Amino acid sequence: MNNEFNANHLMYLLHGAAWTLGLSAVGFVGGSLLGFVVALGRIAPSRWLRGSVMVYVQLVQGTPLLILMFLAYFGLSIAGLDVSPLVAAGLAMTVYASAYLGEIWRGSLQSVPRTQWEAAECLSFSASQRLFLIIVPQALRIATPPTVGFLVQIVKNTSLASVVGFIELARAGQVINNALFEPFLVFSIMAVLYFALCYPLSLWAHALETRLQVGRRVPLGT
Amino acid sequence: MTDNVPIVRLDRVQKSFGAARVLDGVSFDVQRGEVVAIVGKSGSGKSTALRCIDRLETIDGGQITVCGQSLDSPSLDLRRLRREVGIVFQSYNLFPHLTVMQNVSLALRKVRRKSAAEAATIAQRVLHQVGMADKAQAYPEQLSGGQQQRVAIARSLAMEPQLMLFDEVTSALDPELTGEVLQVMESLARGGMTMILVTHEMAFAAKVANQIIFMHAGRVHEAGGPEILAAPQTPELRRFVGNGL
Repeated sequence: MNNEFNANHLMYLLHGAAWTLGLSAVGFVGGSLLGFVVALGRIAPSRWLRGSVMVYVQLVQGTPLLILMFLAYFGLSIAGLDVSPLVAAGLAMTVYASAYLGEIWRGSLQSVPRTQWEAAECLSFSASQRLFLIIVPQALRIATPPTVGFLVQIVKNTSLASVVGFIELARAGQVINNALFEPFLVFSIMAVLYFALCYPLSLWAHALETRLQVGRRVPLGT
Repeated sequence: MTDNVPIVRLDRVQKSFGAARVLDGVSFDVQRGEVVAIVGKSGSGKSTALRCIDRLETIDGGQITVCGQSLDSPSLDLRRLRREVGIVFQSYNLFPHLTVMQNVSLALRKVRRKSAAEAATIAQRVLHQVGMADKAQAYPEQLSGGQQQRVAIARSLAMEPQLMLFDEVTSALDPELTGEVLQVMESLARGGMTMILVTHEMAFAAKVANQIIFMHAGRVHEAGGPEILAAPQTPELRRFVGNGL
């Protein structure tokens, strides 16, 4: 690389940004799937199940994501599994996101009045029908803004994947800065790129919120 | 009434919430086609008794039989039983994310497994019955309390229950809206629907019910035809209707 910041450097950063997006997607999709299970576990009738899921949530929320990254990368290799940085970082992001999304969604599910469950039960809906036809659609409106808000956290926190050698935006920036030693310029460009990734998400969250508000129906007089 | 087997039988039902004994040996029968009004002060256990019939509360002692099935039988198919029992709540409990039409037709499609067209036809019919057919596309929040309650009644009726339970369904409504809901209930009663209603509307109970159950301190304190409201036998009921009528 040359000593001046040039188009190649920018391409390298953009390439890193693409991986940031990819890792975010893995973390969000994986975290959503696991997080939904966590949310259901947290409202399960079984006290034992509720308790164990809460321990999981507390453990994950009480551990820095940086440590989760190390655990996923080195822990799995010690266990004899040869994992790529992408798999390790994706796993850490999944676990991290599942704990937070699970709690956001638990709160959303619980904010639907208990009488809605009861009314659905009295109409003979099965347990899964009650959940998916009656409760989840109502919880979704409540859950959307904080969920997309958390998506911004996921994007920004992928920067920690640089510690396991995953070359995303933050790592790419460090590499370039090590070569050029122009920290202010390089980190400013990185900040702009992160903002460019996160700001549309914020706009999207806002648009969703507005759209869902239109269909939001609250019973009167209760 | 061709058979004498009651559609609902409560036999010495006991129920406590923690240390508070809410039902203390409650027994009564409801025959098919009967309209039974359960009256009494707040906290007398009348709502709890009603909720036990739909097994929204489990009981601690005694026995409840509904449509020939014992509610504590291990082989009880609760979902099947609840298709036979409709319940309407004080707070309507319509599904806020669904239109009136969807509120009424959802269980028809998903529980009764009817086609969309068939469900819509039934929904139209019951909505017409409660005078809400013109609001089929509205959302619950766009309706008045009385209109919401009528939709809730239609939603239960759509399932073609053998028995309808009404839990203080007009208590959240002002007098004008109360009237329109009571009118719907009265026409249901005239149509031969078996109904159990917990109510504070004493005049309505006297007019529509053929059995009055006065609950006091977790027991059936006095029961009989509507005439007991005009001529109470116990001082408790006398005091109660003295305030109510």
